[in-house]
Amino acid sequence: MPGFLYRAPGGTSPQRRHLTEPAFVRWGLIAVVLGFLALFLAVPLATVFAEAFAKGAEAYRSAISEADALSALRLTLLAAVIAVPCNLLFGVCAGWAIAKFDFPGKSVLTTLIDLPFAVSPVISGMLFVLLFGRQGVLGPWALDHGMRIVFAVPGIVLATIFVSFPFVAREIIPVMEAAGRHEEEAAQVLGASGLQTFFRVTLPNIKWGLLYGVLLCNARAMGEFGAVSVVSGHIRGLTNTLPLHVEILYNEYNYQAAFAVASLLALLALVTLVLKTLAEPRVQQPLVSRVRQSGLEAWE
Amino acid sequence: MARRASRRSVLPGFRMTMGFTLLYLSLIVIGPLLTLPARAASLGWERFWSVISDPRVVASYRLTLGASLAAACVNGVFGALVAWVLVRYEFPGRRILDALIDLPFALPTAVAGITLTALYAPNGWLGRPLAARGIAVAFTPLGITVALIFIGLPFVVRTLQPVIGDLDAEIEEAATSLGASRLQVIARVILPHLYPAWLTGFALALARAIGEYGSVVFISGNMPMQTEITPLLIITRLEQYDYPGATAIALVMLLISFVLLLTINALQGWSARRLAN
Amino acid sequence: MGIEVRTLSKSFGDFAALRNVSFRVAPGDLVALLGPSGSGKTTLLRIIAGLERPDAGTVLLRGEDTARLGARHRGVGFVFQHYALFRHMTVFENVAFGLRVRPRRLRPSDHEIRRRVGELLDLVQLSHMADRLPSQLSGGQRQRVALARALAVEPKVLLLDEPFGALDARVRQELRRWLRRLHDDIQLTSVFVTHDQEEALELADHVVLMDHGVLEQEGSPEDVVEHPATPFVMNFLGQVNIFHGRVEAGKGIFGPLAVEYPAHAGQNARQASAYARPHEFDIARTETEGGLWAVLREASGAGPLVRLQLSCADGNPLQVEIAREPYRTLQIEPGERIYVKPRRVHVFVDAGDGI
Repeated sequence: MPGFLYRAPGGTSPQRRHLTEPAFVRWGLIAVVLGFLALFLAVPLATVFAEAFAKGAEAYRSAISEADALSALRLTLLAAVIAVPCNLLFGVCAGWAIAKFDFPGKSVLTTLIDLPFAVSPVISGMLFVLLFGRQGVLGPWALDHGMRIVFAVPGIVLATIFVSFPFVAREIIPVMEAAGRHEEEAAQVLGASGLQTFFRVTLPNIKWGLLYGVLLCNARAMGEFGAVSVVSGHIRGLTNTLPLHVEILYNEYNYQAAFAVASLLALLALVTLVLKTLAEPRVQQPLVSRVRQSGLEAWE
Repeated sequence: MARRASRRSVLPGFRMTMGFTLLYLSLIVIGPLLTLPARAASLGWERFWSVISDPRVVASYRLTLGASLAAACVNGVFGALVAWVLVRYEFPGRRILDALIDLPFALPTAVAGITLTALYAPNGWLGRPLAARGIAVAFTPLGITVALIFIGLPFVVRTLQPVIGDLDAEIEEAATSLGASRLQVIARVILPHLYPAWLTGFALALARAIGEYGSVVFISGNMPMQTEITPLLIITRLEQYDYPGATAIALVMLLISFVLLLTINALQGWSARRLAN
Repeated sequence: MGIEVRTLSKSFGDFAALRNVSFRVAPGDLVALLGPSGSGKTTLLRIIAGLERPDAGTVLLRGEDTARLGARHRGVGFVFQHYALFRHMTVFENVAFGLRVRPRRLRPSDHEIRRRVGELLDLVQLSHMADRLPSQLSGGQRQRVALARALAVEPKVLLLDEPFGALDARVRQELRRWLRRLHDDIQLTSVFVTHDQEEALELADHVVLMDHGVLEQEGSPEDVVEHPATPFVMNFLGQVNIFHGRVEAGKGIFGPLAVEYPAHAGQNARQASAYARPHEFDIARTETEGGLWAVLREASGAGPLVRLQLSCADGNPLQVEIAREPYRTLQIEPGERIYVKPRRVHVFVDAGDGI
């Protein structure tokens, strides 16, 4: 239960419950909340699948195994497979630099990392068009080298990296900061190299936060629409990711197929939620045990 | 007074990790961002102003900001209720519901977009009964607001949940033993604790709503001067290869986002100070 | 206003926090609920305050059954161990809170509130801190604010839950004395919970000892120290040496120690234990009656009392505390045998059915 994680040590007093509102108020509020969430969460979620199967299972299967859909799937996976490890590496490096060292300008750094969150996805995509597009800053240079970036796969990958890169870092940095430096310093004194220290000491402590961040990063990478839409050429079978393919089908009034493909993405979202829920308590646990230990003053 | 490496820490790898971090950020974030001012500057002030004050563009600002504000307010109210109910009450399905709150966060925006449109279109499952009562949702600003409520839902809930969870039972007991009614306890003792986090969640929902594209562009109908959101206008300019025009509009949006980001950071700082012991 | 607790029981799931507890608090008394962690004393206090509901039994305040009254309407002042001050309000507003939330017709005017709060802040000597926030106060100051806040609503009864538990030793001492003086001034029926026997014995008019949800003994501080009713009480209220043995035919035989025990005149032997406090022993080189021989292992202490660690004939350790003079006179070295005799022994017969 949240809020009772940080019980002061000492004393065996049993769990105390909060004073609360009278029963009719409670159930009234629960009803209101359930109604609101049903309307805004449950109904849309059900609709995706209802519409996807509106013409039966056969139509569903053909929609998701259609050639263009499959190549969209491939492109989506490709973007994710590149973006997630890159961002993972970045997150770990940024986490190490920020959490284990002191230097001026740390807050500027963390603000920069948070930037993609503040920027509209459309603008994110636009940045790459401005950079690598035909009239872009590096556009002519790219063309000269025979590289097509915008309106081609590399642009999509870059845009995907941009919108999803903060996730791993934002999850890892607080976990690493909470873990402190003592253990790594102890490892150093005992003679471990930097990499040994990282893999044997740091990594086990942050593994759940890492997993959590990777999950979110992946969900965003696979599901990004706005930024990729700007950068892609919308060329069927070539530069369309799954979300873009959904858009194309929808604009062609091919609703059932659009929802069929969309349902794959919805499934991805659900799987992400399930894994996230499983990982969440374990992300907090190292924090809890450290708070308890410092409360017991066992170390200091 | 230069900082010497020996003072930073015993641990190795600072140069390497910091170097990589900065390199990555430069390539992915700073570089792209720097093209913006350059591009906008090439417009010249006169044209810049005419682009961003074009009636169609101004209408889009009004729509985007107005709908985002309305959606953030709705999320502010209902999000607080949701957070309270999820933290304080026990009922069947609570845990599943708690996990589901993040759905708008995890669901690709395009999926949300087409689903909400299908739902609220005049022949949709929810759209039909509403149309019968004369309420049109899809292809109107109302529809845009509904979509923005959907994607902003997790923000208020998730920022409030930990704060509500950390509320000390004894504070409420003390207030009650001093003679306060439940309503007085909530108004005078509990809510003041929640204000900073509440505002932060509101600001986050607002910031997300302003920049939102995928969830909104399907349900909005995209009628000029009426249901065009600002991100759409940026895309329109880009498709016409009017890069400077797109940049100009984007700068205005970025300015608003930047101000919001600063406000959010300030609010989070205020929140931390308020609740510090 | 007096408090009466009748056959109170309370369980949390499987854990029985209170078992059939009954006692009375006389009006104007300062009573200590004393016991180790988990003894149920805090639960008992909270039930009196209306913050918990008992499974069985009743609480009467001023003769009235409180079963229908919630914490809001009992007219009880509660001071929490960790103060529970309202962090976002100034000291003044904290103390004024109880007055401000009164229903309109009972609410005093702004002017009156200011007067009363001012008086209370004077009483706790914190007038100069009225505009500070709790985060700017020390632990001792916060506790005084909590007290002033509880007193502001003119409660009939004051309840304090380990009021000094979170403070450091010196502040604790000062506040203890201060609380006693305050109580003498305002004569408010007060109950406080503590696990510190020194605190309880020093402050209270009346002590209620609890262990594992059961009321072990109640009485004045002298009563419970001099005439402990159970082994728990004896053990809890100071150091003890325990001798195991039996009672029969009017005598208690505990290994080498033999005492008179007229209370059990029967021929059947019953298991019993004898408890003697370290500072209630006399030492000598020659044997008299009613004592035992022991070998001195170690003598320590630099102050007016010397602490002796001894071994009895059966190998069990024995602790004795005597004044420096008698010790120096005897000139005993470690390794030597001396005769120790308890001036007083408390015998507790086991509840079982004989040997």
